[in-house]
Amino acid sequence: MRIRTAAALMGALALSLVSGCAQGGSAGAGGNTVTYWLWDANQLPAYQACAKAFEQQNPGLKVKITQMGWADYWTKLTASFIAGTEPDVFTDHIQKFGQFADLNVLEPLDDLGIDDSAYQEGLAANWRGQDGHRYGAPKDWDTVALFYNKKMTKEAGLTAEQLGTLSWNPEDGGTFEKAIARLTVDKNGKRGDEEGFDKNNVKVYGLATGGAGDSDGQTTWSPFAASAGWHYTDKARWGTEYQYGSKTFQSVIDWYFGLAEKGYLAPFTDYTDGANPANAQVASGKAATSFDGAWMISTYYGTKGLDVGTAVTPTGPTGKRATMMNGLADSITKNADNKAGAKKWVQYLASNECQKTVGGYGIVFPATPDGTQAAVAAYEKKGIDVSAFTEPVTDQQDSTTFSFPITDYAADVYALMRPAMQDVYANGAPVSGLTKTNDQINFVLGQ
Amino acid sequence: MTIASSSPPSRLPLGGAEGARTRPKTDRAKAREAGGDGRLAAVFLAPALLGFVVFLLWPTLRGIYLSFTRFNLLTPAEWVGLDNYVRMVNDPIFWDSLTVTVEYVVINIGVQTVAALAIAVLLQRLTQSAVLRGIVLTPYLMSNVVAGIVWLWMLDTQLGIGNEIIAAVGADRIPFLADETWAIPTIALINVWRHVGYTALLLFAGLQAIPNDMYEAAKVDGASEWRMFWRITMPLLRPVLAVVLIMTVIGSFQVFDTVAVTTAGGPANATNVLQYYIYGAAFGRFQFGYASAMSVALLVVLSAITFLQYRLTRAGQSDLG
Repeated sequence: MRIRTAAALMGALALSLVSGCAQGGSAGAGGNTVTYWLWDANQLPAYQACAKAFEQQNPGLKVKITQMGWADYWTKLTASFIAGTEPDVFTDHIQKFGQFADLNVLEPLDDLGIDDSAYQEGLAANWRGQDGHRYGAPKDWDTVALFYNKKMTKEAGLTAEQLGTLSWNPEDGGTFEKAIARLTVDKNGKRGDEEGFDKNNVKVYGLATGGAGDSDGQTTWSPFAASAGWHYTDKARWGTEYQYGSKTFQSVIDWYFGLAEKGYLAPFTDYTDGANPANAQVASGKAATSFDGAWMISTYYGTKGLDVGTAVTPTGPTGKRATMMNGLADSITKNADNKAGAKKWVQYLASNECQKTVGGYGIVFPATPDGTQAAVAAYEKKGIDVSAFTEPVTDQQDSTTFSFPITDYAADVYALMRPAMQDVYANGAPVSGLTKTNDQINFVLGQ
Repeated sequence: MTIASSSPPSRLPLGGAEGARTRPKTDRAKAREAGGDGRLAAVFLAPALLGFVVFLLWPTLRGIYLSFTRFNLLTPAEWVGLDNYVRMVNDPIFWDSLTVTVEYVVINIGVQTVAALAIAVLLQRLTQSAVLRGIVLTPYLMSNVVAGIVWLWMLDTQLGIGNEIIAAVGADRIPFLADETWAIPTIALINVWRHVGYTALLLFAGLQAIPNDMYEAAKVDGASEWRMFWRITMPLLRPVLAVVLIMTVIGSFQVFDTVAVTTAGGPANATNVLQYYIYGAAFGRFQFGYASAMSVALLVVLSAITFLQYRLTRAGQSDLG
């Protein structure tokens, strides 16, 4: 019986592939059309505005934008590379960059004249491959901050100033652990820092769970690991060895997931990617705070009945705060039908003009400083203070930012680290086990 | 199906061989007729044969070939001999995923077969209502992915209605899909829910083939329903039950969609069934060579299980008449 389901699925897949081919063919046949893919529906209007301006400046050229959800996006992009129906230009993510570089499906963009200094620091450099060529034009950036339910923090007696100056260490958790303990409330109304707190019957967790963090911990453990002085790999870019075996890393992980054992951090079982992500836990009042990325600002502030505030990540043992600063880019595919048009379009996307337009929508922080300014102003207009996200970029004194790990075999690293981190968080496996996983990863990288 | 393709084609419907014998023909005429039949048969077989070669034989052979290569789909495959198989034998995650899959199949098939048999017998012995039969089949009309997502939402630890009810009666919430102990049984039962009606309907069709006079005769002899089930229904249903088992076991081994949408193999590989692991290796990590090797292993396992089942249950023979 499942055979029939499979047959039906295959039929549907075949049909969709056929229609996909037809689409690709017709787009290519036009000759003057540039096909462009992106995944974030919130950003679609902003890029449509850019496309309109681009088409006016380049008579005869048309941009055809296709938007699809994150998971479908990568599946479809992969399928399109295989089928030869790839878009001319697509929004690229650092996590996938290494793999695409390995597969040799990206077009070098050296002749676009991208000037590294025209963008926020580090963004442009990340998109250079091991061969020294550029494969992505900087588009936007995001950082991570602490979202909190203002009503709950007020009830717990925590001020915005206190939340913005938290610190932590792996020994006693510092003021950060104290704060989330205070915000945790059990069934009987006892707070996490009070006598008689029942950690097995928690009504509101101090910190929402964002899952086990896989290989990057972007919105979970990475602000802590980095503020303890740890980095994913031996080199900032294209490292050859991962460092999940480090004592520092493992002590941070031990402490971080230990928060769940104390009852302050929601357990792994409360996290469901599709049904109950961190923002849903805050929205439903099951958690008082959560670490989340700048791309979620509109979602949190748009949640009905939720009065939300944001704070910078806590200061760590290095004396600095840390957050991942991740930047997306636009890449051109090697087999693009309309390469000349694609290059013009990417050049425009990377221009200050388009980035200011995108910034004006107040959805994302564009990569150029002017674009960022436009976004900050647009958020301000909506009554949203985004300084918790911008401060780590502007205040180099107290903050440090780090990039997503950029290495070969990123998909293998993910496949190995994902279950290993879940084992620690969900099953209480000892963190020392991560050393073995790290050895396996480095073995793969050394191939 | 096997009979049609293995016996020589004949223009005469049934008992063709005897019919031909009663009308003696010259050798040339016979040869001409056989040739004509052969050509005609070839014409009729051609579409099916073409489909078989293009969609089954060729992909299988190519898959077997790819299992001896390193292949990322975008650059040419590179022959590596037995490397992928050596890696597979030494890969603890492969063995773990095989164990997880077997665990799933045992729960899924065990519960599903018993439940489907019960439903089928009840349908046959108690009611002939077509509406009821339709209702039994309804979950099967839903897509696996949709069913998986709906159950994921209903069983969510914090927000799911299932756990709200559990919490309301004062019990501890159960992380159905997020705990390593619960995840596989939960996924197995979700699929039982979806497929039990269809399986029941297949068995019900088998039951319809059992002559009613057997039951009447048994009743005259004073046999109870329970006794009739074990002495009449079960033995006579055996060939159908065997075929249904073979089909459902093969289907069960291929579980993928429900896992993909509910747990994505987690937590900590607790639901990393073989098909999901193969999919991840191929479409996540672009290791099509290794994925092909694991697929070949799955093919061997399934063939062995099917052969054994077929033999043990004597699926090819009927005890009727």
